[in-house]
Amino acid sequence: MKLRIALRANRPWWLSPVLIAIAIILTFIISSAMIRWAGANPFAAFKYLLGSPLQSKFGITEAILSATPLVLTGGAVALAFRAGYWNIGAEGQLLAGAICATVVGLHADGMPHWLGIILVVIAGAVGGMLWAFVPALLRSRLGIDEVVTTLLLNPVALLVVTGLLNGPWRNPETQFPETKVLSENIFFPKVYPGSRIHLGLIIGIVALAVCWWVVGRTAGGLKMRAVGLAPGAARIAGLKVEKTLFTTALASGAIAGIAGAGEVAGVAHQLTDGISPGFGYTGVVVATLAALSFPAVLLIAFVLGIINVGSFSASRALSIPSTIGEVVQAVLLTTVVSALVFMKYRIVLDKGKHRD
Amino acid sequence: MIETLIGIIGATLRISTPLVFASLGEVITERAGMLNLSIEGTMYTGAFVGITVAAQTGSLTTGLIAAIIAGAIVGCVMGFLVVTLGVNQHVAGLGLTLLLISASNTANRILFTNKDGMVRVDPWKPFDFAGPIFSQYWLTYAAFLILAPALWWLLWRSGIGIRIRAVGENPESADVAGISVARTRYFALALGGALMAAGGAFITLAFLGSFTINIINGRGWVAIALVIFGRWGIWRTVSGALLFALVSATQQQLRLVPALSHLPFEILLALPYLAVIAGLAITGRNVPYPGAYLKPYRRL
Repeated sequence: MKLRIALRANRPWWLSPVLIAIAIILTFIISSAMIRWAGANPFAAFKYLLGSPLQSKFGITEAILSATPLVLTGGAVALAFRAGYWNIGAEGQLLAGAICATVVGLHADGMPHWLGIILVVIAGAVGGMLWAFVPALLRSRLGIDEVVTTLLLNPVALLVVTGLLNGPWRNPETQFPETKVLSENIFFPKVYPGSRIHLGLIIGIVALAVCWWVVGRTAGGLKMRAVGLAPGAARIAGLKVEKTLFTTALASGAIAGIAGAGEVAGVAHQLTDGISPGFGYTGVVVATLAALSFPAVLLIAFVLGIINVGSFSASRALSIPSTIGEVVQAVLLTTVVSALVFMKYRIVLDKGKHRD
Repeated sequence: MIETLIGIIGATLRISTPLVFASLGEVITERAGMLNLSIEGTMYTGAFVGITVAAQTGSLTTGLIAAIIAGAIVGCVMGFLVVTLGVNQHVAGLGLTLLLISASNTANRILFTNKDGMVRVDPWKPFDFAGPIFSQYWLTYAAFLILAPALWWLLWRSGIGIRIRAVGENPESADVAGISVARTRYFALALGGALMAAGGAFITLAFLGSFTINIINGRGWVAIALVIFGRWGIWRTVSGALLFALVSATQQQLRLVPALSHLPFEILLALPYLAVIAGLAITGRNVPYPGAYLKPYRRL
């Protein structure tokens, strides 16, 4: 008797919810090992991780705030992955967007508020696009693997940030490596009274809607999906594969860059070296868990936002490290992608003596 | 001048050591037809497990062995994901990297920083003879004089090497010829993971004697670039690691030059990464990827 994996002939309606449920249970079991080791009861920890942010209005709004950059980076990554362009540089593109937004913020005194906001969003998009430009060019012109180049530019972007903060942008009053508080004319307005939710959320939702419409409903989007699904066939069909990849890469970078602008103009109101605790990498988690569907990106970003906020409550209440939230997110990614294999395949048991 | 040059050569060999370990591990993995993006996390885990076990047992060697075992286990987990299940290799590798880094950071807080601060060991000392070039750590000697020739032999002169290359180029034919594709790929991932973790452990057990967050800082991604630069060959990849380390060592020296002291040192720190990208742009055109690169193999 031998187990093997075979193609699945039919796909019953209950399959995907059951697989997701299995993945969630596995995530709980695997994460529990670490939580127990940290000296806490796993059930209590998950109650804080998932439950406590939902118990108060404050918790919910903080989770939405935490989800805001993930909506944008998740959308950026999903867009690129749809075209088969493996942009894993959303982290660097986000930081580049934050830098350009800061440039605007440092020179926005005396500017009308509406103009400041428009400029800061444009600056974020341009920064992200610039950071995505070199890998996109190398891929589309020379065929050089974008995975490596986008990844390598992430630490470089962080070095540019720290270089600016230790040098010309160092806070003149405190001497800390952070910029002074930027001009109020670029601050994103709050969109829900009594909370910290800002314009970035609206921009993120609009960006997702535009991506959804372009990818799903336009000729350009059809070309993009064709390139992503079968680049060879797309080329034979006369599509300009390289041009499509290049455009998609820049668009993806622009969206990630706006996430950086949102963190500067909506939350921090200054540039610090901790402006992104890995939002770009989490964007890959969001996009993958959302199965590259734009509406699902919004939902998944919110779920991960809950875990982010919940991990701090769990850390305070149970004195376990707050990084446990990141562990849970990474385990969830791994179990979900593993479980989804069984959407297409099934395990069969070879009995009998015949050789396969 | 001569002294500076000798210093740069000595530092080059030192800096290249973890990259030699990690990038040769990736060469073996990719020769078997798989991209292993868990490299960054595996190095991170190796760095953490190495120093943790070394601190608990008081033996650096035990720490290194523990790191190597941890790396092999990570390789097998990667194998379960991409060989047995056939998950997308980009996603599986990146997911494992995120998992390993966050789990190491969490374990670091549970064991050390939440209690008595930082984990420290008395690191290996370089041999002290015959001037700065030859005063290297034993692991550096091991990397260049034992590991690289041994892996070259393994890949090009041994039966295992033929099987690794066969399942990486054409798994269907390999399967028909009676080679177990799954077993060979698991072996390549476990061996590669062990080497990546050893590279990470070198950083904590020889370089630093301590563990800090973000300790690998993209070295895993550099190693992947070096493999492409090295066109999946042992010696070309080692040369790539040396070139990268040369740029790193040179920028360290440049930071001491008074005329350049007003330059932000971050620019110099970024230089090696940019050099790798430039190197890829110059040499990375039309490189011959292994035939079955990124393709899971299923006998359906």
